[in-house]
Order: sequence, then structure tokens, then C-alpha cells
Amino acid sequence: MDEKVITVKNLVKKFGSFLANDHLNFEVYRGEIFGFLGANGAGKTTAMKILCGLSSPTSGEVNVAGYDIYTETEKVKRNIGYMSQKFSLYEDMTINENIRFFSGVYGISPKDRKEKQEILLRDLGLESSKNTLIGSLPLGWKQKLAFSIAIFHDPRIVFLDEPTGGVDPITRRKFWDLIYEAADRGITIFVTTHYMDEAEYCNRVSIMNCGRIEALDTPDNLKQQFGAKNMDEVFLKIARNSE
Amino acid sequence: MINVQHINKSYKDVLALSDISFEVQKGELFGLIGPDGAGKSTLMRILTTLLIQDSGTATMNNLDVVKDYKKIRNIVGYMPGRFSLYQDLTVEENLNFFATVFKTTVSENYELIRDIYVQIEPFRKRLAGKLSGGMKQKLALSCALIHKPEILVLDEPTTGVDAVSRKEFWDMLKNLQTKGITILVSTPYMDEATLCNRVALMQKGKILNIDTPRNLIENYSRKLYAIRSNDMHRLILDLRAYEKTDSAYAFGQYLHVTGKADDVEATEFENYLLKKEHSNLQVFDIGPTIEDVFMDLMTTEE
Repeated sequence: MDEKVITVKNLVKKFGSFLANDHLNFEVYRGEIFGFLGANGAGKTTAMKILCGLSSPTSGEVNVAGYDIYTETEKVKRNIGYMSQKFSLYEDMTINENIRFFSGVYGISPKDRKEKQEILLRDLGLESSKNTLIGSLPLGWKQKLAFSIAIFHDPRIVFLDEPTGGVDPITRRKFWDLIYEAADRGITIFVTTHYMDEAEYCNRVSIMNCGRIEALDTPDNLKQQFGAKNMDEVFLKIARNSE
Repeated sequence: MINVQHINKSYKDVLALSDISFEVQKGELFGLIGPDGAGKSTLMRILTTLLIQDSGTATMNNLDVVKDYKKIRNIVGYMPGRFSLYQDLTVEENLNFFATVFKTTVSENYELIRDIYVQIEPFRKRLAGKLSGGMKQKLALSCALIHKPEILVLDEPTTGVDAVSRKEFWDMLKNLQTKGITILVSTPYMDEATLCNRVALMQKGKILNIDTPRNLIENYSRKLYAIRSNDMHRLILDLRAYEKTDSAYAFGQYLHVTGKADDVEATEFENYLLKKEHSNLQVFDIGPTIEDVFMDLMTTEE
């Protein structure tokens, strides 16, 4: 039940004399929705890049999806998915072309791809639109598709970097339905957001400030710990206190 | 101060703005609230004379946006959505540059930007491209203000900005408002609507409604319940499967739920959910937020 998919011990990342990540310690479990919050410049992006195998730690132990981040970086990359509001799919390619492209990137064989592609298009009700350019799809569909493609290669973890920025309130909530469904299927969700209401939807939330994790617990426990009535207040207390 | 009448704008066959009309009074803090693709930036570009509408008229302090565009540029400060200062100039150089373009000096209007600029002044020799997000935002605002504009137009100044910096930014806007500047600001964050005097809720090129945040909330006619249990994901699925539920959406730690007819009682939801064996169940009446209002308008529109 409590299978660990991310283990971080004493993670330090320095840029010159600047300490971007100052001894981070945390674990994330299988099927968990883990919220990764913090003020701008707190060190979230740095930590996320390390977890995705795009940057090396200065020191510390990091294990993602069962692989060591220093020696098995390529294996880490194959076992994770990534999606952000800024980058998800190629707008000037069709739905089919995007699926083929990302399948190629993740090394899915053409035979497996065809099978999975049919299931994906059927589940999303997009069979008749498979030759439509991504750019011409409504935002809600685009997001659904981007998420489905981010988990197309059955990653153990999917990293979502502000996936709902600028999205209308209904589409934003529908996106969280997808997150819950994926988590129910055992995929671990590692998500950043600036919407504090979304922090409430996570199983556990970590809040970073000035390179350190200042708090990590369930939303209910955090509210209790900080005597706050919602996550917005918790966030403000942490970010303002340590300035 | 700002008067917009029946503005239409299309990009090829995409309708970006459809019959937009509204007025902003002098000294007002007016918000354009809506998601990406609502038409907020297009509207702001027309008002700042960077784009010409297909039809309709708009005036800024009685100056026409097409005919009097040069005069308008002198009385309007504009902060575009994307950071558009010179990355390879320092903080100080950027500010001097914008002052010079408008034939003024930093010292002449320093009073107006002082509260904002002092926060970045320690970094005045730093290249703008090397600033953090929050500092870039403060510099951009300083540059937009340096010619002492009568109207300030801010395109999504708080997008992608953390909750603390967002609060600080709105404090700065409130402060500028006390100096008599008319402010038109856009945001995709619905909770920021309550910080404006009046707002236009926008979606897909249309204005869904215009009013004070308070009136928008008071005129929401649906009966709304907050519901919570130990298993929030199952709760939302169970509620959506219930024949008396109209909508069930997550709102932070509660779900906001409306019934198909507005006479669905709290006890009906409660009894249904108890049968589904939900523990620690809470059901109570709750007032709407701007987001509830927006979502209700969105669904009636569709």
C-alpha cells in the first residue's frame, strides 16, 4: 500500500553560491496526489527538473520510480510523464500525429501504439477528430488529450506543472476529475499550482520557501497546524513568515 | 473615462470580440475577468491603440482610439501580458528609456512610482532579464507609470504569480487608485474580481455580465449547498449520479452543489449520501463566490 515512488534525502542544489534547494527530504507514495507549492523563486522548478532527470543535484539521494537519478537518468525519464499549461502538445500537428510523436519519444512499439491509440480515442470520444489539428480543438478537449498523452506510456508518476493556469473554472474542475481517475489507477500525481483551492484536492501538500520545505502534511493537518481556515491562509502564513 | 460601444473584432474566421460595450468611470478600478480566449487581451490592445477593431467605437478620456491614437498613447500606461521590457538593459536604464520616450524624466514623476520602485531600487544596476518574476512585474509597472498616465491598462499582471505576490500587487493597485488613476485590469483568477470596483465577466469574446462584485454575488439566484465527507472523490461521483443533482463542483475543501429544482432540501442530499455510507458528512447552505456566478453564467450561455 505504502509503496514509495519518489524518495528524496538531503537534496541540495547550488547555482554558484546560491542555494536553490536546501536539504530537501520527502517521500511520495504510489497513487498519491502530491501538491508541490511555493512562492515564485522558492526552488520548486529546480527541484522538479531534478526529479524529472533534467538537472543533477549538487548532493543528496534522489530515487524516482525505482531508479537512481544520478546513474539511471534515462530510465527515470521513461517512467515519468510531464505536462504543463505552457507546453503540452504540438498545435500544428493533428491528434494522431501528436500521439505518434510522443509514442516515438517514449519508445512505444508501433503495434502497441496502434492498439492503445484506438482505446484512447474511443475513451475520449475523439475517433472522428483524429485528423484534426490540435490548435483548432476547444481548450477542454486539448487539456484532456494532453493529459492522456502524458500518461500514454503508462508512467508511474506524472508531473503536472501548473496544468490549469488560465483555464475557465469548469474546465479546471473537469481536469481534476482526470487527475483523480489516474490516481485511482495507481499513477502518482506530482502537481504544482497557484490556485490554493486546488491544494485542498491533494492527498498531501508540501510548501517551499527560500529553498526549503517549510511544511508537508495533509491539507487538514496543515490547516490545524497553522490555525488557518483554508490553504490560502496556510500559504500566506508560511510565505510571509520567512521573509 | 473609458467608453466602449459595440466593438467587434475577428482574426480571419475566429470571432475574438462580439458586440462589446461598457463604460469605466474616472478613478474606477475595473476588472475584465475571464479565462484564456475570452478576448481580454484583444480588447486591451484596441483600447491602447495597438490594434484596430472591425466595427464599433471606443474612446479613452473622450479621445477616439482610431483617430486620436497618438494623443491616447500619451495618457495611457500599458503593461502587456508578456514581459516586454528590454532584458539587456538594467532596471534603471529601462526606466530612463521609457521616461525619455514620453519626453519626461524619472525625477519629475518619481512621486507616483516611489512606493513600487523603492522595492527594486537596490537592484537598479541589474539587467532586467535577470530579475525574479515579482521584481520584473514591479519594474514593468513602474515603466508603465513613469509618464504619469490618466489611465492604466494592465493585461493579466498576476498570472503565474504566487498568492503572496498577487496580494502585494493588488495593494499597489489600490494605492494607485487613490492617486486618481483609472485602472483597467484583466485576470483569469476569479477571486481577484472582489478586489475591483466593478467587473465584466468575459468568455469566448462576449461579456456575460457587468456589475459590482457584490451585486453579482447577491443576484445569484440558485440555492447552493456546501457538502463534505471523508471521501471527496467518491462524494462527487455519487452526487453526480443522483437524479436531483444539477451540478456538483469542487471548491477547495467543500463541494458546491445545486439541485435540479431549487427546492431540493439539504436533508434530501444528506439522506441520499448517508445511504451511500459517507462518513463525517456535512451539508449546509453556502453563499456563492464569483466563480459560482461565472460558472452559472457559462452554463446558461451554452
